[in-house]
Amino acid sequence: MHHLLSAADLSLDEARSILDVAEEMHEVQRRPIKKLPALRGRTIINMFFEDSTRTRTSFEIAGKWMSADTINVSGKGSSVSKGESLRDTMLTLDAMGVDCFVIRHASSGAVAQAAGWVRASVVNAGDGQHEHPTQALLDAYTMRQHFRDQGLSDAYEGKRIAIVGDLLHSRVVRSNVLLQATLGGQITLVAPPTLLPTGVETWGVRVTQDLDAAIAEADIVMMLRVQRERMTGGFFPTAREYATEYGLTAERVGLLKPTAAIMHPGPMNRGVEISSEAADAAASRVLDQVSAGVAVRMSVLYHLLGGEGAA
Amino acid sequence: MSLVVTGATLADGSALDFAVVDGRLAEVSDADDSAERVDASGLVALPGLVDLHTHLREPGKEDAETVASGTLAAARGGYTAVFAMPNLDPATDTAEAAQYVADLGRRDGHCEVVPIGAVTKGRAGAELAELGLMAEQGVRVFSDDGACVHDSLIMRRALTYLKTYDGMVAQHAQDPRLAGPSACCHESDISGRLGLPAWPSVAESVIIARDVQLAEFTGGRYHACHISTAESVDVIRWAKKRGKADITAEVTPHHLLLDTPHVESFDTTFKVNPPLRTSEHIEAIREALVDGTIDIVGTDHAPHTQEDKDHPFDVASPGMLGLEAALAVVMELFVNTGRMDWATVVDRMSAAPARIGRLPHQGRPLAVGEPANLVLVDPSRRATVDRSTSASKSRNNPYHGLDLPDPVEMTVWAGRVTYRR
Repeated sequence: MHHLLSAADLSLDEARSILDVAEEMHEVQRRPIKKLPALRGRTIINMFFEDSTRTRTSFEIAGKWMSADTINVSGKGSSVSKGESLRDTMLTLDAMGVDCFVIRHASSGAVAQAAGWVRASVVNAGDGQHEHPTQALLDAYTMRQHFRDQGLSDAYEGKRIAIVGDLLHSRVVRSNVLLQATLGGQITLVAPPTLLPTGVETWGVRVTQDLDAAIAEADIVMMLRVQRERMTGGFFPTAREYATEYGLTAERVGLLKPTAAIMHPGPMNRGVEISSEAADAAASRVLDQVSAGVAVRMSVLYHLLGGEGAA
Repeated sequence: MSLVVTGATLADGSALDFAVVDGRLAEVSDADDSAERVDASGLVALPGLVDLHTHLREPGKEDAETVASGTLAAARGGYTAVFAMPNLDPATDTAEAAQYVADLGRRDGHCEVVPIGAVTKGRAGAELAELGLMAEQGVRVFSDDGACVHDSLIMRRALTYLKTYDGMVAQHAQDPRLAGPSACCHESDISGRLGLPAWPSVAESVIIARDVQLAEFTGGRYHACHISTAESVDVIRWAKKRGKADITAEVTPHHLLLDTPHVESFDTTFKVNPPLRTSEHIEAIREALVDGTIDIVGTDHAPHTQEDKDHPFDVASPGMLGLEAALAVVMELFVNTGRMDWATVVDRMSAAPARIGRLPHQGRPLAVGEPANLVLVDPSRRATVDRSTSASKSRNNPYHGLDLPDPVEMTVWAGRVTYRR
């Protein structure tokens, strides 16, 4: 494994290996001294051409706890803002001898394009509305932990995962669908038809507008953020209507199976796609997702840079 | 200089030995002894091709293309006339700007260069450009290409006003609300998977549906550029069947040959506007070109520098080269498959575009006394396309690496050889 660009790139063995090693990394997170020497001498540049707090911080902590030298470059402070092309920016930094780029970009496909220009490994930290593979991995990790905590089998097969919200613009849903196609979870997508991606019927998942039914049978209910600009874009009439029709309201929490979990990749719009009652419910694993993010990213970096498959 | 060409077959299958003397076709006996003898045995002689849709980039973007380089590419593709789209800097929206483009063509051209005027000032879609003054300079085709004349009233006024001058509006049909500035991928399961801003097929056809009704209502002359969808074909077929509107339509070589999956690698060479479509649309436009619903092939030759392509897909410049490959693509898809004879190729790529663009001396049949605008074609030669050998200054060649016909042996424009292999 040289790059991680798409969740579809991962074989079942690779995905399992990343999740298993992440469990070991998660142990490190609980130690008072959180440092492994695995990536000592390795240099990772976090290139965030689009604003992000949680993903950038998560990758930065992951790199630092693995003893890599991590450097953050933001789109605004880089030569990109001076008019340099993405290609020249990548070639320039690659020439410095960097081992890995972690890239977030507002344009779909930009991370794959960047990977084609550099020698270093590239991790896709979210490209436009395309993919966010480490999010799907941390979601899978959180799901597995949850299954175990509930005394369920830790297999994804036979589990129902409802993903609800702005699917059209979501890179999270695309990576989750691709990863679960490998891991075996059964996905049900719920969104108003205006927020469904074209061709979603070819994704091999169920699609419905019946949120109550989808929730009632789900082992995982993953709510996706509805961005502010969608609220004025004619995708649905009002935030109030959206919350009523497609939000995880306090009432809908009552429909959940007792063993089900509520997940959300954040940041949450409380009162729109998720009520505070749901976000703060016992079934909520939202903060576990954040915690898992660091461990999973440590594991991804280890697989790319430090493990047997290292470049 | 003069030529004597012997052994060539014409588009209708007949044979013609001819001379080229003083810019016209003549009897072989009219050539003097110094004339160059060309053995065209096994070759097909066609009237020089006419492109109603070329981007030459001069003035304004001479690092991507100049009149000299673009028209050399045209000559290599068998063209003897190109219509230069007005999305230049400055835009061709005044008589003076049109005159300047025409002058550049006379100075540097390897084929005839005919300026297209903008419909609206600065191609901004708000106010009519000086259509009449441009028409006085000989401009007959008007287009805001790259941008859609989306305001219904502006379109109505342009169609009506241009009737005085036998002028025509050539529309870039793209509803700006249904397919906004970032739209770059045919709306399909591919755009859905890739998360690329979607360009739905209906964003084209709803504009054309409106326009053909305005054309009928006003009696104005209307041309739909780069038709890419099955729905647009249906609308044009319907409007032509009514027989009350003066409408024509065009298709590009790339929309005829290349499909949406080419963008799956995010290779911006394949970013073009309108986007590459899927097979059902491609078959519809092929059929429409064969049956004449679509009148012509226009290349939409759109050179871009590598730095304008080395961007994320949604912000890279849209467009691809076409002048050198257009005839090869048409041969591969239609002649070599038996769907079109040479006479139909001549109509779609020479006679009809000359007629629509009001160039009476181009697109003429090859016969003694006619202007010497012609191309000699080897119907069997093939080659692997190599973008590095293009006459264009740009390298955004979507056919790179494909095995295609390599037909053009010689191009003659106004009696002089503008290209020979």
